[in-house]
Amino acid sequence: MKTLYDKLWDDHVVEDLGSGDHLVYIDRHFLHEVTSPQAFDGINKKNLKPWRLAANVATPDHNVPTARGQNFELESIEDEVSKIQIIELDRNCNKFDIPQFDINSEKQGIVHVVGPENGFTLPGMTIVCGDSHTSTHGAFAALSMGIGTSEVEHVLATQCLRIKKLKNFRINLLGCPRPEVTSKDVILYVIRSIGTDGGTGHAIEFSGDYISSLSMESRMTICNMSIEAGAKVGLIAFDKITESYLSDKVQLDKSEYDKALEYWKSLSSDLNAKFDKEIEIDVSKIKPQVSWGTSPEMTSDYDSCVPELDQNSDKYSTYKKAIEYMGLKEREKLSDLTFNKVFVGSCTNSRIEDLRSVATEIKDKRISESIEEALIVPGSGQVKLQAEKEGLDKIFIEAGFSWRDPGCSMCLGMNEDKLSPGDRCASTSNRNFEGRQGHMGRTHLVSPMMAARIAIHGGIPHE
Amino acid sequence: MSEFKNISGIACILDIDNIDTDQIIPTEYLKSIKKFGFGDFLFDGWRYHDIANINTPTSSRSLNQDFILNQAPYNESKIIITGKNFGCGSSREHAVWALRDFGIEAVIAESFGDIFYNNCFKNGVLPIVLNHDELLMVKDYVSNESKLHISLADKNITIKNEKIAFEVDSGMLDMIITGQDEVDSTLSISDKIKSFESNRLKQKPWLN
Repeated sequence: MKTLYDKLWDDHVVEDLGSGDHLVYIDRHFLHEVTSPQAFDGINKKNLKPWRLAANVATPDHNVPTARGQNFELESIEDEVSKIQIIELDRNCNKFDIPQFDINSEKQGIVHVVGPENGFTLPGMTIVCGDSHTSTHGAFAALSMGIGTSEVEHVLATQCLRIKKLKNFRINLLGCPRPEVTSKDVILYVIRSIGTDGGTGHAIEFSGDYISSLSMESRMTICNMSIEAGAKVGLIAFDKITESYLSDKVQLDKSEYDKALEYWKSLSSDLNAKFDKEIEIDVSKIKPQVSWGTSPEMTSDYDSCVPELDQNSDKYSTYKKAIEYMGLKEREKLSDLTFNKVFVGSCTNSRIEDLRSVATEIKDKRISESIEEALIVPGSGQVKLQAEKEGLDKIFIEAGFSWRDPGCSMCLGMNEDKLSPGDRCASTSNRNFEGRQGHMGRTHLVSPMMAARIAIHGGIPHE
Repeated sequence: MSEFKNISGIACILDIDNIDTDQIIPTEYLKSIKKFGFGDFLFDGWRYHDIANINTPTSSRSLNQDFILNQAPYNESKIIITGKNFGCGSSREHAVWALRDFGIEAVIAESFGDIFYNNCFKNGVLPIVLNHDELLMVKDYVSNESKLHISLADKNITIKNEKIAFEVDSGMLDMIITGQDEVDSTLSISDKIKSFESNRLKQKPWLN
């Protein structure tokens, strides 16, 4: 009896290297401009080439400008250092013939949005990328994880990783959520419940009737943030919804597709599979979530207050620092906070479903006077095109949002899209760390629906 | 990569849980395409008052004298002692490069982020996991002594006349001691990878 993780692991072990180390074969390797240059440099110095070209797909996303329009010239990037990094990715992809969706490709975008929507992410694969949110692809029953740059070099050179097996952790999400509760609220609630180290050393499989009811976009949001619960691997079993998502994205002839499908259907945990850890959460009790602190576990219900400090608690110094940084007072109502920035985007929430959810909330409304900047950054060129086809861009612009080109943008503030000191931002991204969105900026993690409501009200609405 | 069997030196305490890799090195410095030269930017947001900018010379920046790594003797720390989940968040190996370039050879914590933990061994930085009580003992000791001695050969930390043992995988520890290159060692069994790969692509042709 095997778990889904066990099955994927067993299917990829090339060699047991002893003392827990295994050589594991990697089917897909996504590359972007930030964590790859030193790895390419490494293989260049060793006179090596990528082991299997077809395994690699690259796109620039982390530091690309998001107000660039068509036929953008790399030369016009004002930040010289960012420009070099994007040019370097171009150069390395050209040199080794690695397929790249470059900055002007209509398929360019955040690597974790681009991969699935182009059929590069397939069930049963091992998938890696020098980015911790590679866990996203686990929504397709693929063993996917973020790696460091030394490992990027190792995968380029050998098509393998030297790793130890993780433990199995199952989180059963049961019941029917309230209509205003999205998968973002559910994963924030999970992180708040088990802590940002709750999944450390484990692969988390998300299951239960709630998960079965979700679209692939919502499932990706859940797996994306498993790293914020400490687990570099998040997984969801293959089912009819996965199959239907893939049907127009994979280009295989009928006999090959049928063969693949037969295998994909085996990608779920066996009925009596043993997990090292297992918990159950009733999602019907979850309210919309808003993070108040500087770690994703510092999250509360939208209608609650900043916690009270307890000098006897282990968390005292960590909480005190967070409350100070966030410019909050103990026991302050979250609904009393005034926001001046809104960011909708990131590999967590920049897919078409997320944009539709924002559009529904803000249609025929204007953003609050307190909001100085509200950005909507689509996850990819394809998401952008689809949104424009549906006329969502007009709704955003009429409401006062700025409609941008694809990239990671204000999730990590590596390009021009940054918070200024003291800004309070409702963000659909994944990390509320100090300075994450800009020096001394204050991030509150929320769902796209809540971000839209905050944009309209200037704060967290009571209702 | 340094070759050492012992780590001995100044240890500083950062008594906060969940120190993420964005704090260890802010995103701004990830624009560099180099693997070295990150020491001045370690804990940038806490060490300086001004905004991180990769083009600003360090000499012109405003130091936060309240931050422990800016105070003697801790500005020469070789060891960091912290709380739970150190190195959580982003996979950026730059976080370990910054620790290494500053001169940090070991980090002692109750737990580590998984990706950060792996990255440490590839760059000669030893992550040591202790339980809550052991960690308190080390913190108590360092509060008075400021120096700490770690033996890699015996896998223990000296506290007065006592030794606190820690566990670390021998293969990974070897990587730190010898600085061995994993790519070379994997390529020595490249025939096994080739045969695994060709079987796999034959059985699952849709992966090609």
